[in-house]
Amino acid sequence: MLTPTTEQDVAEMVRGANGSLTVRGGGTRSLETGAGEVISAAGMSGVTLYEPGALTIVAQAGTPVSEIEAVLAAENQRLPFEPPRMGPLLGRSGESTIGGVVAANASGPRRVQVGACRDSLIGVRFVDGHGDIIKNGGRVMKNVTGYDLVKLMCGAQGALGVLTEVSFKVVPGVAVETTLSLEVEDAAGAVAAMSAALGSPFEVSGAAWSEGRVLLRLEGFADSVAYRVEELQAILAPFGAVSVSEGAASSDIWKAVRDVASFVDQPGDIWRISVRPSHAPGVVAALQPQQVMLDWGGGLIWARVPEGQDVRTALAGVSGHATRVKGAAGPLRPVDAPGVAALTAGLRAQFDPRGLFSGALVTELS
Amino acid sequence: MEMPKPDSLVMSKKAALVARLLDVLPRDAVIEDEAETRAYECDALTAYRCPPLCAVLPATTQEVSEVLKICHAMDVPVVPRGSGTSLAGGALPTADCVILGVAKMNDVLEVSYEDRLIRVQTGRTNLSVTGAVEADGFFYAPDPSSQLACAIAGNIAMNSGGAHCLKYGVTTNNLLGVTLVQMDGTIVEIGGGHMDASGLDLLGVICGSEGQLGVVTEATLRILPKPEGARPVLIGFDDNEVAGACVADIIKAGILPVAIEFMDRLCIETTEKFAKAGYPDCHALLIVEVEGSDAEIDAQLAQIMQIAATHDPVEMRQAQNATESAAIWLGRKSAFGAIGQISDYMCLDGTIPVSELPFVLRRIGELSKEYGLAVGNVFHAGDGNMHPLILFDANKPGDLELCEAFGAEILKLCVDVGGCLTGEHGVGIEKRDLMGHQFAPVDMEAQMRVKDVFDPKWLLNPAKVFPLETSAARRA
Ligand SMILES: Cc1cc2nc3c(=O)[nH]c(=O)nc-3n(C[C@H](O)[C@H](O)[C@H](O)COP(=O)(O)OP(=O)(O)OC[C@H]3O[C@@H](n4cnc5c(N)ncnc54)[C@H](O)[C@@H]3O)c2cc1C
Repeated sequence: MLTPTTEQDVAEMVRGANGSLTVRGGGTRSLETGAGEVISAAGMSGVTLYEPGALTIVAQAGTPVSEIEAVLAAENQRLPFEPPRMGPLLGRSGESTIGGVVAANASGPRRVQVGACRDSLIGVRFVDGHGDIIKNGGRVMKNVTGYDLVKLMCGAQGALGVLTEVSFKVVPGVAVETTLSLEVEDAAGAVAAMSAALGSPFEVSGAAWSEGRVLLRLEGFADSVAYRVEELQAILAPFGAVSVSEGAASSDIWKAVRDVASFVDQPGDIWRISVRPSHAPGVVAALQPQQVMLDWGGGLIWARVPEGQDVRTALAGVSGHATRVKGAAGPLRPVDAPGVAALTAGLRAQFDPRGLFSGALVTELS
Repeated sequence: MEMPKPDSLVMSKKAALVARLLDVLPRDAVIEDEAETRAYECDALTAYRCPPLCAVLPATTQEVSEVLKICHAMDVPVVPRGSGTSLAGGALPTADCVILGVAKMNDVLEVSYEDRLIRVQTGRTNLSVTGAVEADGFFYAPDPSSQLACAIAGNIAMNSGGAHCLKYGVTTNNLLGVTLVQMDGTIVEIGGGHMDASGLDLLGVICGSEGQLGVVTEATLRILPKPEGARPVLIGFDDNEVAGACVADIIKAGILPVAIEFMDRLCIETTEKFAKAGYPDCHALLIVEVEGSDAEIDAQLAQIMQIAATHDPVEMRQAQNATESAAIWLGRKSAFGAIGQISDYMCLDGTIPVSELPFVLRRIGELSKEYGLAVGNVFHAGDGNMHPLILFDANKPGDLELCEAFGAEILKLCVDVGGCLTGEHGVGIEKRDLMGHQFAPVDMEAQMRVKDVFDPKWLLNPAKVFPLETSAARRA
């Protein structure tokens, strides 16, 4: 395993590499083949700049997410997109790193309100396959100078290079949170209830359907949350009886949704499916999964199905994609449409002409 | 500002080019007459003008594809155009180019409130996107001041922002998918109604690529439920730096206003003369707007005013209703226009870390004296996106050049304190030659490699964004 401690180390190692490299952060969420030699970002760790008054933080890619969250919490701030911890679901141990979160564009339930990891990420430094150290974006919130490679690197799973430093805009912490929940039997009813809530002006910051219950989160200052709880209850009345969870009970609910906790240690294959919320009920009906959870108001389906069942057939005629994150036969990634696939291949050839990172983002794994 | 010498070979092919374009477009969609091509000679950076070889106004994605195939085959450069409101010269033609305008393509293709999205053709104006959904209580969040005129096409190409992006983000955060036509005519669907990319985030790099990667003909945009209400407070200060400190304190207190706008003395006085908004006589003022129910708004404004009170404000004026809100916004919204009444001006767009605000404002004041040109400051203070307006006299020989040199100095200052050259207007030709101050050669090389993939012949808007000498080999 290669263990660089500086960006220059990474550049030298990439230039000197003569076989495949697999980039690893904490090793908690990657679906990659792990081909060739592992280059670990863990040795590049620490917050390099934090300005609470400017709502920005910069950290080295190997910094544990928990460290960043603690530094922010001390100033009552947080990462907006509540990065999930995938370790338990995937059966991995280890500390999730911020570089790994970025490489996976890992985004939790608050995605419906504040966007994904890519929407909070404002700067990156990385070493591409040429061994060049490249910066893009920076540490200011509004920046349209040159092409946005920040977004391109976010979610690239290490296919274009090794992230060495990442910058985020952050938001103020939450004073109080409350969860409204109601029993809803099927996905169609769940999406209808979630869409009604998300289409209201009451700033819902989480909308999920788990174990037969629709869950809706409200966050903010106490009086404001109290007011919105009341308004939202009125909107939800047609969908069933609403119960209310506050404080720690509420935050526990969302930690479980974020980390897909109800799927941990269950038999079968686990798929993550991204579709339009209104298409989710049809997909769920076609799949008949053993277990299902909806997040992002229905835009994200977690489905547990019998070993070997290929859920992609249920996506026919629907825009979206499906990834098997865990299964007897290993992970399986979505295959891009031809136009997108050609551009993707072109970009990979430009950033990684020697194919050092060709083990990343592969579609058919076995 | 230098532009590449027009290619005489391309110019000589005009008749053949027009003939082929007429094979795929109706007569009125091909504009070749010199008197008429003048309508496309510039965008809102009016100091630079050049009529194109010809202009085309296709009505469908298929027509765009046909046009591009022809230009690709004949090696003719193409400059995409929305409404031509770019302040960076992004839509400035060269004499050997075809202007491809999407103004005819302005239909709403789909609205889904359940999925909270709208799909439009990109020639549609920003404000009319909101117009299509507001009766049902929804809106499209990015709101550039030019929203009455500018098109979604230009918004996507420039990744435009607006006054309310502190809370809602800029264009890229509200864009779910596009139909992109590549220079060789290939039509690609990227993204859609779902929320994340299946592989590389191509949508992320297309947004903000200034018309250099492809022509965007359709877009899926996120729409949001309208807040119950919104009201601002206006706070006047005797000192720019104190206003800056107040902004930092508001943010640190955990309040996230939808907008924090800043105006300095020159802007306050000038807008007072023209808009008569009744602003207090002071050195700096902030307009801080929050959203929610009446009670929520009152509570947040009270908290903001409590913080402001610790900074010795000259005056605090809380809007109690829509009329008072409009009065507070009136001056801010008229600021550019008012300055335009008294002088020619150049509008800069650098972003700085909010903490550097006092220093940068002081330094701009010093530079203003050195250059002998007045500067007004009006900007989005919450996110550090500055808009210094440099006043100059376009009829006075040398004044434009002096103004540009001064502007360059301010933008370099923004970069030097940890910021960037442009926060929302884009690089275009205006900041093209300053790119080397923010980026190392390898950084620009990495960006140009992206263009190599989307447009290997470098025919799309080729003389923009990158310094001419940096892109010379690729454009050759
Ligand atoms: C008074 C005034 C106020 C402004 N206020 C703001 C503001 O608050 N915030 C802000 O961000 N900007 C602002 N702007 C700048 C400008 O309005 C934006 O950049 C806007 O997005 C440009 O849109 P447009 O349709 O006019 O684009 P154009 O000027 O026509 O083109 C802009 C760029 O987009 C490219 N392009 C156009 N169409 C396409 C297409 N179909 N496919 C690919 N590329 C394309 C062009 O090649 C060019 O590079 C302001 C401008 C003015 C004049």
